[in-house]
Amino acid sequence: MTDIIIVGAGTAGMSAAIYGLRAGKSVLVFEAAAYGGQIINTPDIENYPGIAHVSGFDFATGLYNQMMDLGAELKFERVTSVEDAGDKKIVRTASNEYEAKAVILATGAKNRPLGLEREQEMIGSGVSYCATCDGMFFRRKDVVVNGGGNTALEDAAFLANYCNKVYLVHRRDAFRGDAAAVKELESKENVEFVLNATVTKILGEKKVEGVEVTDKLTGETRVIEAQGLFVAIGQMPENQAFADLVDLDAGGYIAAGEDCLTRTSGIYTAGDCRTKTVRQLTTAAADGAVAALAAAAGIK
Amino acid sequence: MAVIEVNLDNFEQEVKQADVPVLVDCWAPWCGPCKMLSPIVDAIAEEAEGFKVCKINVDDEDILGERLEVASIPTLLVFKNGEEAGRSVGVKGKDEILAMLK
Repeated sequence: MTDIIIVGAGTAGMSAAIYGLRAGKSVLVFEAAAYGGQIINTPDIENYPGIAHVSGFDFATGLYNQMMDLGAELKFERVTSVEDAGDKKIVRTASNEYEAKAVILATGAKNRPLGLEREQEMIGSGVSYCATCDGMFFRRKDVVVNGGGNTALEDAAFLANYCNKVYLVHRRDAFRGDAAAVKELESKENVEFVLNATVTKILGEKKVEGVEVTDKLTGETRVIEAQGLFVAIGQMPENQAFADLVDLDAGGYIAAGEDCLTRTSGIYTAGDCRTKTVRQLTTAAADGAVAALAAAAGIK
Repeated sequence: MAVIEVNLDNFEQEVKQADVPVLVDCWAPWCGPCKMLSPIVDAIAEEAEGFKVCKINVDDEDILGERLEVASIPTLLVFKNGEEAGRSVGVKGKDEILAMLK
């Protein structure tokens, strides 16, 4: 039986693995996609203390190498459930079953979709959740950014440098993001605000050719011709599979304090999937350390 | 078999006129997920039997990228008999990629 199973190989999960291994425990990490989590999409990290500048890929690879050199085992399988059998926890994936003395849930968060018809199938054909990743493919084209927070404002500003026209659609009449960023956008000639409005339809057969936007006040619809739709309406966790084991808050995040303890003994949580106010690389790494040391101490 | 670098000049010959299915990895140097996918594609190329594996740097080959309607990377394309027969966006596992070629 493995000492600690970690669900998710993002910053929190891999940090937990490093701390667990250094505490002398055996560690098995599960990852459904690629290791690294959300940070691999970030070209430049400039707020990690002690590292002035690093790319998300290099940062993630550094964590991966450190964890593997210490003796971690990584399996690319999606965890479908975790069962609490007292001193033994049973972790199930689509194809296998594993046992551990402790489990750390570090499932992270993913980009929140709008929930529109054909949104998922249009990813890569005009729908995107990452302006810095995909913006260059929309050079000289028209795009719609949907959202009202800082990410949406930053995306719109970034895209305005490449695109012919940027429509910023937001469901309220004011933005949640920084006033300075809003002001900067207002000064750009190729940015148009579409406020009190929501994107209600994706138009186009094989690729995005436009969107239908509905005015929330009047109910009137308007078609905006655009080749790209950038969705920036925040993150969402994916913890439903563990709802019988841990408490989830209203947003679906795992309810746990800074001690990373859940309501089930031997089940810990770390990183963006946990209820918290600040979701940064540093807080993810910190959670990994706290959860792994608690798990190591709790193993009899 | 080695991965074949494809550009606007040799796309027709290497991909469209190939007599076997072709896996095409569209990537760019600044793309983190592309770097995750790259070694998986390399491993598939090493063992390739009955198909070939190509890569397109869409940063250098932006005209070709646009022609192929690549709007997010990494994008994997499968060509059979000169026609696009499959497309996937994002990092995929080896088994999933091999299934695309079947």
